Amino acid sequence: MSTEVATPPEDGARPRPSAPRRLLAWMISGNTFTVTVLAFFSALVVGAIIIVLATPSAMTAWHYALVSPGTALSESWDAITNAYGALVSGAVGSRQALSETLVSTTPLLMAGLGVALAFRAGLFNIGGQGQLILGAIGATWVGFSMKGLPIVLHLPLALLAAAVFGGAWAFIPGILKARTGAHEVITSMMLNYVALNLLGWILIQSQFCATNPCTDAISKIVVPGARLPHIAGSNLRVNLGIVLAVAFTFGVAWLLQRSTLGFEFRMIGLNPEASGVAGVNTKRLYVVALTMSGMLVGLAGAFSVLGVDYQVSPVYGGTTGFDAITVAILGHGSPLGVALASLLFGAFVSGGRSMQASTGIPLQLVVVIQAVFVLFVAAPGVIRTIYRIRVRRGAERVFGGWG
Amino acid sequence: MLLELNGITKQFGDLVANDHIDLTLEQGEIHALLGENGAGKTTLMNVLYGLLQPDEGEIRIEDEPVHLVDPRAAIAAGVGMVHQNFMLIPVFTVAENVVLGFEPTRPFGIIDKKKARAFIRELSERYGLLVDPDHLVSDLSVGQQQRVEIVKALAREARVLILDEPTAVLTPQEIDYLFTVMRSIKESGHSILFITHKLGEVLSVADRITVIRQGKVVGTVKPEETTDDQLAAMMVGRGVRLVVDRGPSRPGEPVLEVGDLSVVRESGVVAVNSVSLEVRSGEILAVAGVQGNGQTELTQAIMGLRPPSAGTVIIRAADVTGATPRHVLRTGVGHVPEDRQRDGLIAEFTIAENLILDAHDETPYAHRGVLDWNAIKSAANERIREFDIRARSVDVPARTLSGGNQQKVIVARELSRDIRLIVASQPTRGLDVGSIEYVHRRLVQARDEGAAVLVVSAELDEVLALGDRIAVMHGGRIVETFDAGEHTREEIGLLMAGSSVNGGGARREGGEE
Repeated sequence: MSTEVATPPEDGARPRPSAPRRLLAWMISGNTFTVTVLAFFSALVVGAIIIVLATPSAMTAWHYALVSPGTALSESWDAITNAYGALVSGAVGSRQALSETLVSTTPLLMAGLGVALAFRAGLFNIGGQGQLILGAIGATWVGFSMKGLPIVLHLPLALLAAAVFGGAWAFIPGILKARTGAHEVITSMMLNYVALNLLGWILIQSQFCATNPCTDAISKIVVPGARLPHIAGSNLRVNLGIVLAVAFTFGVAWLLQRSTLGFEFRMIGLNPEASGVAGVNTKRLYVVALTMSGMLVGLAGAFSVLGVDYQVSPVYGGTTGFDAITVAILGHGSPLGVALASLLFGAFVSGGRSMQASTGIPLQLVVVIQAVFVLFVAAPGVIRTIYRIRVRRGAERVFGGWG
Repeated sequence: MLLELNGITKQFGDLVANDHIDLTLEQGEIHALLGENGAGKTTLMNVLYGLLQPDEGEIRIEDEPVHLVDPRAAIAAGVGMVHQNFMLIPVFTVAENVVLGFEPTRPFGIIDKKKARAFIRELSERYGLLVDPDHLVSDLSVGQQQRVEIVKALAREARVLILDEPTAVLTPQEIDYLFTVMRSIKESGHSILFITHKLGEVLSVADRITVIRQGKVVGTVKPEETTDDQLAAMMVGRGVRLVVDRGPSRPGEPVLEVGDLSVVRESGVVAVNSVSLEVRSGEILAVAGVQGNGQTELTQAIMGLRPPSAGTVIIRAADVTGATPRHVLRTGVGHVPEDRQRDGLIAEFTIAENLILDAHDETPYAHRGVLDWNAIKSAANERIREFDIRARSVDVPARTLSGGNQQKVIVARELSRDIRLIVASQPTRGLDVGSIEYVHRRLVQARDEGAAVLVVSAELDEVLALGDRIAVMHGGRIVETFDAGEHTREEIGLLMAGSSVNGGGARREGGEE
């Protein structure tokens, strides 16, 4: 076993090194995994600096750093450990914390899967925001307008409506790209604004508005029979959504790896010219990939409405549609990677809230840490320079497609 | 001596693109560098322009050794280059394009447009370039754009001007005008290195001609001391010939029938002009021609990758004119595309994945839209054995393979389907001798098994080695179709260069296109 590497035999006969060795070789060759871990660590260091700056007692101690440097350091250390301690316990420290982490993870995971699927087909779906809003509208509409249906019928119908609405919204940039060559980045992004304002308009229509006459722009409430059931008791918000999202993760992974459609997505993602020469209809696939991407993102909106909020309000979904892009990049476009990245981000959100409550450090800190983390991951050269990692040739390319 | 290249060697992997090349250029001289595609002309010019670093050899300018580490250094040393593909910004005016990078400025960094304009007018008049500094580049014809590139180089005080295949994109009138401009530039004391593969041109404009073949200098001659058949012979070489063991062909039914096919490029240029040809089962038709004479568009039109503007493509008695690539492939066509990196492979995909690119949804690789990885892998293992693909495993990315092995992957994929017709474009370009031989043997074997084979090649050796019949293409037309052995290689070389063959070789004034 130890001689495998030392004596490379003729081509075609070389045995594969053992799994641990491959993992090791992969890690020391400056690969993405090492970079990701080091980028995370670096982001935490940046976060620590911000924590000190945001903690008055620590800053006061630094004013006297020349007189008593020990105090400044220990005050800073206390501030950092307090904040990060609160962050961790708010993310995973209790049943409540875990529930909130998973609740935050669910829409990110679904939307992230959607964006990642488009990535793999060489498409940048920047329109997650709009597709998520459309999905939420669809789910809400079916969720409150139909009454008396059993949950086994009503819930799937509401989810289907979300997928159809989200998919239709992403079909538009898809067909525009196929027919006219319009770049999906621009068209899908513009549709975000349309969706946002469409939502604002729909919410004040009498069919949709919670009250009649309409006093507040907020929708009617989804009936219990269309809601995603809680899975850990009624006082924890975690619901069937996370289970479905995990199932979708496996579904997308299967699609990409085992289906001919996924094979074609990966083909056009990596080399549209060769795909065309091999007889693949690239234009049709662009439409299909974007539509499927929009369906997944639309479901993200449905999972939020049907699992947590039960109604939609203006600017619904916050920045989830954009965070999904971050998650997809962090996850390197792979379903498993997206799942891990969205779990991390979900933990950050849930932990960040509890950190704000107990230490007064604003929630925005976690947003900055997330952003710095992704920035380092996206610019691996920075991390390699800081930690002096050798670069393996060809390891840089993650996504193609900016055409 | 203005410029001297001594023993320039440049290697890419196993391929020696330039093998100890010596070249000199005197003040006020037009020196033509003549050679077939892939002979190493462009590599040599890229070395001279600082885009590539030579592995060996030195460059001297006015007897001083220089190190041209990048184009900036080359420009500073007085070397200017006009590329095949122009490097102009279409939405800028001529003046803006020319001064880009060394703009004459007034205080506060404002560009002095008046000065720029005057400067360009003066250059333009001195050399008869007919360039208006105020026109937008996007409004100019190709010939005008080329002259803007020349002005750009002259404005940077180039003493050595490299023109890389400058006539490839021009009309005959524009070519004549370009030669006038080149002569006036020469008369003002500049020197020009003129890269081309067209015989007629070098004889009419060059002072000296250096022919290179397979990375080596074959010889340097003066136009008044040579003829175009001599140059053709130097270009295509009389030396080592590739020999493929093959018996006589046994032609059967026609499999591919192309009738009066025309293809118009996006730019409006007629690339394929009313071409008719027929390939029967059990024979190889080799289409010979210098790159860029419509062969690419011809194969694209046959494969459904480019819509023809007129004519028909019939495969196995079915009209497939304008059909989708998928449809054409499914009628039993194997396709080895010209640009293997771009069109033939997905570099990041594994060998196993690349082996099913155009059959991934067919049995045994997939059933009802679900891939069968066991079948894919075992078929792949069979292929790498059968086609002698040298790879560690079928799971390594195709980009890790050598060019020869990449091409074997493509050939393996295309020949392993149920095919009646093979369309192979430049099937051995850039390959080592062993791989060339292997690919040739496979194509002949496919012929002997009853397939019709269409080979498009710019390599005369390949055409001679493979073709049972040979069609020579020039300027978008099939100039002549004949049985192998009917013409000598020199005659075929002349036909490829656009000259006519009159009982064994024409004299000067060839290229009547």
